[in-house]
Amino acid sequence: MSEFIYLYRSTNEASRAAMGSPEQMQKSMQTWMAWMKQLADKGHIKSPGHPLERSGKLVKGKQRTITDGPYAESKDIIGGYTLIEAKDLAEAVELSKGCPVLEGGGVVEVRPVLQTGM
Amino acid sequence: MTELHEHLFRREAGRLVATLTRIFGVEHLALAEDVVQDAFCRALEVWPFRGVPDNPSAWLMATAKHRALDVLRRERTARTLAPDVARALESDEQLVTEDAIRDDQLRMMFSCCHPQLSEAGQVALILHILCGFSVDEVAGAFVSTHAGVEKRLTRAKQVLAGSERLFEIADRADFTARLPAVQRALYLLFNEGYHGASPEAAVRAELCREALRLSALLLEHPVAATPATHALAALMCLHAARLPTRLDAAGQFRILAEQDRARWDPGLLAEGQRLLERSASGPELTEYHVEAAIAAAHAAAPRLEDTNWAQIVSLYDTLLEIRPSPVVALNRAIALAERDGPERGLAAIGAIADRERLAAYPFYHAALGELELRRGNGRGARGHFRAALALARNAMERHFLEQRIAACDAGKADLAWNRGPSSP
Repeated sequence: MSEFIYLYRSTNEASRAAMGSPEQMQKSMQTWMAWMKQLADKGHIKSPGHPLERSGKLVKGKQRTITDGPYAESKDIIGGYTLIEAKDLAEAVELSKGCPVLEGGGVVEVRPVLQTGM
Repeated sequence: MTELHEHLFRREAGRLVATLTRIFGVEHLALAEDVVQDAFCRALEVWPFRGVPDNPSAWLMATAKHRALDVLRRERTARTLAPDVARALESDEQLVTEDAIRDDQLRMMFSCCHPQLSEAGQVALILHILCGFSVDEVAGAFVSTHAGVEKRLTRAKQVLAGSERLFEIADRADFTARLPAVQRALYLLFNEGYHGASPEAAVRAELCREALRLSALLLEHPVAATPATHALAALMCLHAARLPTRLDAAGQFRILAEQDRARWDPGLLAEGQRLLERSASGPELTEYHVEAAIAAAHAAAPRLEDTNWAQIVSLYDTLLEIRPSPVVALNRAIALAERDGPERGLAAIGAIADRERLAAYPFYHAALGELELRRGNGRGARGHFRAALALARNAMERHFLEQRIAACDAGKADLAWNRGPSSP
């Protein structure tokens, strides 16, 4: 088994659209919980990871220039990450296809964790 | 991991907005709605990773509270909030006890039934604020447009936010004086769900469920739990028991005569019966008592032919005295036809004083058609069903009436009618 990180990226607009009325929230939440549970039941979740605030600071270059997020150059903001276990990259990609962030036009970035063994 | 409760967010929206509006003051209703929305967004960001908390209500309340304190600190000068609001927010106790939350919802329910608002405005406001229905969902429930409902809600919120304070439920005289308006609004909410023209069956069942839930809140309050409130809740339970059989497997409308009585919900029937018995404890006889008694009479008949029509006719006579309306008179005439035959029923319909007010009601024409068909006048019946079809409000009604027209062509009389709460 290898480890992968899912980075959930979406625009502010898309993440707001998933919210809306209480009943829409309920549906969005149910979809997320069901997806997470399905991955967990199959033993693919190494760590559920963390949600991230959608704003923060950028510290840049030698000048240590500090700017506010959200980040002008990337419209898709990372909303959270999860540590996944899968056979290989192909399986990790396949598993990511059920992620609710995709329904709102978002992106799942699937990145293999670099193995540090010999 | 805790399971996500069905309709959690809708239910919590009503509870949280009611409590926070009490703390902020009614003029800050919009702020309460904003911080509740923020708390929900936060839940949507956090729960997928952390799981549903053990006590989701308390989590949402705490989150909304922190958010409100943030807003207060940031906009202390911009908002004219009373200085003790922050203190009230910081003390946990008065926010989260179940009794306090129930009272907050009652206070909001009574506030929504403001005398300056139309009954339709009151019902829309209750659905929006206390039941967490979005503008589009309210519009869907009432077959209205988004713009129409938004306008109605904006005006209703202005009236509410413009009132000096939330309704004071501790004042017994005021409470008792406004209670009938609250009962009426819940009755209309239920009726809209049971009879409403909305083609989407799921929405309608939700309206009935919400009306039942809010009536149960009334019953928990000693001053609100009057015989009339018991009768209202009884009427809702007895009708709700039949809800699952009002539509067949294909989603088509089933009249009372065709419903599978074995599938009426026995739990709701028993609860309705129990509430009806408790409602008989005072001298007051309300329309809710009589309508519940009519529903109970239908429920008491294991088969359609066991129905005690004489009893039902006499209950409609009583109802006509309490709340005279052409629709009640029409239902009485239909019951009379069951008791004495279609000619007598048609004569009774002909004698309804203001029956021109029924002209736009499809089931008036359908009733005439049904009785004509039964006395062998297929041609006349067909004309009435055609008139009803032209007024039908949704695909279910249209399908039903087309079937009745087909029955006229086949010369086949059928049995009885759909009956629910009596007001249109």
